[in-house]
Amino acid sequence: MAIDIDIAHVARLARLGLTDEELEGYKSQLADILEHAARVQSLEGDPHPGSAHPLGFDNAFRDDERRPSLDREEVLSQAPEAMDGFFVAPPALETE
Amino acid sequence: MTARWEAVIGIEVHVELATDSKMFCGCAVEFGSEPNTNVCPVCLGLPGALPVPNRKAIEWIMAIGLALNCQVSHKSVFHRKNYFYADLPKNYQISQYDIPVCHDGYLDLPNDGESVRVGIERAHMEEDTGKSTHVGDGGRIHAAKSTLLDFNRSGVPLVEIVSKPDIRTATQARAYAQELRAIVLELGVSDARLEEGSMRFDANVSIRPEGSDVLGTKVEIKNMNSFRSLERAIDYEIQRQIEATGSDSDVIQETRHWDEEAGVTHSMRTKEGSSDYRYFIEPDLVPMIMDETWVATIRNKLPELPAQRRERYLGQGLDESSAGVLSDSPAMLRSLYDETVSLGADTRATANWLTGEVTAWLRKTGTEPADLRLEPVHLQELITIVDEGVVSSSAAKEVLEGILSGEGSARVVAERRDLIQISDSSALAEVIGHVLEEHPDAVASYQEGEQKVVGFLVGQVMRATQGKADPKLANEMLREALGGS
Amino acid sequence: MTLHEKTIVEAGRSLRSGEVTSEDLLDAVLLRASQTEAQLHAYLTLDKEGAREAAGQADADLADGIDRGPLHGIPIALKDNMCTRGVETTAASQILAGYVPPYDATVVTRLRDAGAVIVGKTNLDEFAMGSSTENSAYGPSFNPWDIGRIPGGSSGGSAAAVAAGSAFGALGSDTGGSIRQPASLTGIVGLKPTYGTVSRYGLIAFASSLDQIGPLSKSVEDAALTLEAIWGHDPLDATSYSAEYPDVPADLDTGVDGLKIGVIKELAGEGYEPAVESSVADMVQSLSEAGAEIVEVSLPTVDIALSAYYLVAPAEASANLARFDGIRYGLRVEGETTEELMARTRAEGFGPEVTRRILLGTYALSAGYYDAFYGQAQRVRVALRDDFARAYETVDALVSPTSPTVAFPAGEKIDDPLSMYLTDICTNPANLVGHPGISVPIGLDEQGLPIGFQVMAPALGERVLFRVAAEVERLAGFGARPVIEELAS
Repeated sequence: MAIDIDIAHVARLARLGLTDEELEGYKSQLADILEHAARVQSLEGDPHPGSAHPLGFDNAFRDDERRPSLDREEVLSQAPEAMDGFFVAPPALETE
Repeated sequence: MTARWEAVIGIEVHVELATDSKMFCGCAVEFGSEPNTNVCPVCLGLPGALPVPNRKAIEWIMAIGLALNCQVSHKSVFHRKNYFYADLPKNYQISQYDIPVCHDGYLDLPNDGESVRVGIERAHMEEDTGKSTHVGDGGRIHAAKSTLLDFNRSGVPLVEIVSKPDIRTATQARAYAQELRAIVLELGVSDARLEEGSMRFDANVSIRPEGSDVLGTKVEIKNMNSFRSLERAIDYEIQRQIEATGSDSDVIQETRHWDEEAGVTHSMRTKEGSSDYRYFIEPDLVPMIMDETWVATIRNKLPELPAQRRERYLGQGLDESSAGVLSDSPAMLRSLYDETVSLGADTRATANWLTGEVTAWLRKTGTEPADLRLEPVHLQELITIVDEGVVSSSAAKEVLEGILSGEGSARVVAERRDLIQISDSSALAEVIGHVLEEHPDAVASYQEGEQKVVGFLVGQVMRATQGKADPKLANEMLREALGGS
Repeated sequence: MTLHEKTIVEAGRSLRSGEVTSEDLLDAVLLRASQTEAQLHAYLTLDKEGAREAAGQADADLADGIDRGPLHGIPIALKDNMCTRGVETTAASQILAGYVPPYDATVVTRLRDAGAVIVGKTNLDEFAMGSSTENSAYGPSFNPWDIGRIPGGSSGGSAAAVAAGSAFGALGSDTGGSIRQPASLTGIVGLKPTYGTVSRYGLIAFASSLDQIGPLSKSVEDAALTLEAIWGHDPLDATSYSAEYPDVPADLDTGVDGLKIGVIKELAGEGYEPAVESSVADMVQSLSEAGAEIVEVSLPTVDIALSAYYLVAPAEASANLARFDGIRYGLRVEGETTEELMARTRAEGFGPEVTRRILLGTYALSAGYYDAFYGQAQRVRVALRDDFARAYETVDALVSPTSPTVAFPAGEKIDDPLSMYLTDICTNPANLVGHPGISVPIGLDEQGLPIGFQVMAPALGERVLFRVAAEVERLAGFGARPVIEELAS
């Protein structure tokens, strides 16, 4: 089956800033892998959609209780850029 | 040719729940903390962290759904909604997709003329994002600008309530939002503070020729921070769309931003390759089963909701306006109403006292409703002695003040402050005799047919008794003495 | 036998007899590491200081009569995708270079509570994506049996360390075979427990519905007691299950007499290396002679399981790895806007295999392709679970080779992703259904490279799993240890 891949679109969705050359390489690899993966489409019938969990349990909740938060200095020590208790990033291009 | 247009409006409301801890971790839900102090591996999206849902948040969204006449799904699951944004730590939001906790409800708007029922599509559970603050001026130099990120809000439980497009006017939209707020406040599940963003609205607006079934191009408007701006923004948008339709600038599907100061909506730059959210079931969580027992437990704990309360008040003989005002009054006043009425006091008089003089006194003295000291039996007695004519209605206000200042029961205050009306006819006959003697001209005028001098003479009686005469009785006795009918 | 060759059980015995101290055990593995790391590159970080302190504490405790159990004082290695507070944790990715977590994974806490001494963090394929440990951003690991070959992956560093004796045992993570396959290729035991029985909190996620932490060890008994230390419900992991630890030790010596063991027809060896095929067949024969009833069972969906695996795992990974964006931690490549910064950081920070899988997973979830790929893959999972359920109606356990090949030469498959993916063919079904699986070494091929034998059991069937595995271990009598060639200097 021929697989149609808009690789630039996929890379944009995944926020991967790849070069055109890299994109071409990945595109052909993805095509090979997807051709193999497309074998899942051979499954016939309409099996019941199940929970992913093999033990099939549900309702795993926690009580509404507070737990200690992290020390801010420890957290910010890992940040590429921080200022006045905030993480810092460049401006957003797009508005959400 | 002027076509008549009709607006089709749907509202999305986001309500932050006021749980102690966040949706998926134990960090505090707290407004106004120092930045990045209520954060942990989970709500910061650190590698390896896993979410565990807060049971209370699920119970609260069930309560919201039930209050909105929704079905609670027997089984519900969380999905990941994938998009990159600096204040979304995992770059996916744990949200719900095709199996929300609540679906298919409705909300009847408070009646002003005709009843409007707004369908509720769904109420689903999700987590809030962090907060971005953009600093530096909007100048040309990009490097001068940056975004400060605070993740205290990240992971706060957020309920999204989506209405059906059943709303037709901006006024209805406002009423819908206000009623929704009253409900969540009644449920006690959110602070619902618009100015702090714990309740937020988006509106979807389109127009179509009146009577048509076709849906027009939908525009989403964001950034309305008050009920007033919600109403203004929608009004503006309807007008804009009517003007744009047919012109060169036809309505396009987009998101627009309400500019409160300018009173207009602006187009927001559309996201490049946007809105392929690649929803899939959140594999870090297991399904939620909300069985009948659980739903019943939540249902049984629901308080009386504003609409039910208004209905009850109307049934007790209040008019729509006082039913509405009382329903929106603080809980303390509402329970005083119930207790006083249960002692047999007149419902209208009780409501009027509480929403009128008592509320005014609270405001004047700066007293919190919860600190109000008013025995229902005292209020009932006050209403009785006014009704019996023991005190005049103007004196009654003074009696109330005495009661609220802790001077005792209505009768005690009335006596101690010397406010009891003279309703003893022999005592009053004596005063009337004096008044008639002192004002022969008035008597003469009356006898010439000048009826209104009775009012003057009543006034003189009141003056002579320092206001304690029962004016009704005085009026009757004067007419009798003057030989009228 | 030199100290570093001992099993955990043997080392524990020496420790309690007073023959050695925990510090001696630590010295032995550190010495071994100093002799072998240049060839193997099993470790990314050796936490000598932390380990020294823990060993000292273990010795002091033991002297005070405090015995925390079988792992007390035992040097253990951790795959570097498990968070350790204060110790760099990179998942072998450039994007996490220098990252120091502010918290311990639950398994780390449990190991410490059990008295274990954490020696260091082992190498892996970046974010556990791979089958050879060649995808590490910090360079590959090599196989102690032949340093020209890979140790398998993605827990290749853990496998190499245990096989070489630079740790008495190790934890790995297994998403499609990442514990069992390297165990097989390095001649040790590797266990993937039932999904949900060991907390994933603090494990840097690859594919959340498939990932499971488990032990790599020199013996089946070592695996059982390591599992016991990390097993159990964790309130911080909503997918973790409250199940009592099954009484595994009770059945380690029971044997297989009376058990019904299924040989999976679809994994019977067509196209596998002849030595693998024949060793596995011999072991099946031995099990039969030991009293097991052997039946062939068919799990037809196994034929397309790998395809489903290579959709589900990348799809989940594409979301799990979205958080690596250069904002809060790890690598940042600057940009004019947040979007640019993120795109550059991620392009720079992820290696080719990770990039490939993110692209693959993003595609499989994207509008227009979701149903045909991801949705259909989830249906395959359900069908596969039904297949297994049917099989377990008649058999107690299932067996197969662990890997279709022995350790392959470094570089052989690195440029051919699909052929690399095919090495997971025997192991990934257990992940897709969440069942436990274990690899036990059963012999060497003619080149002297180890061959592993896989046993699988139903969910929470660890007791029967270990019962069979222990018998396989006895029948194989596999006692060989690698001789590590010195590098020409």
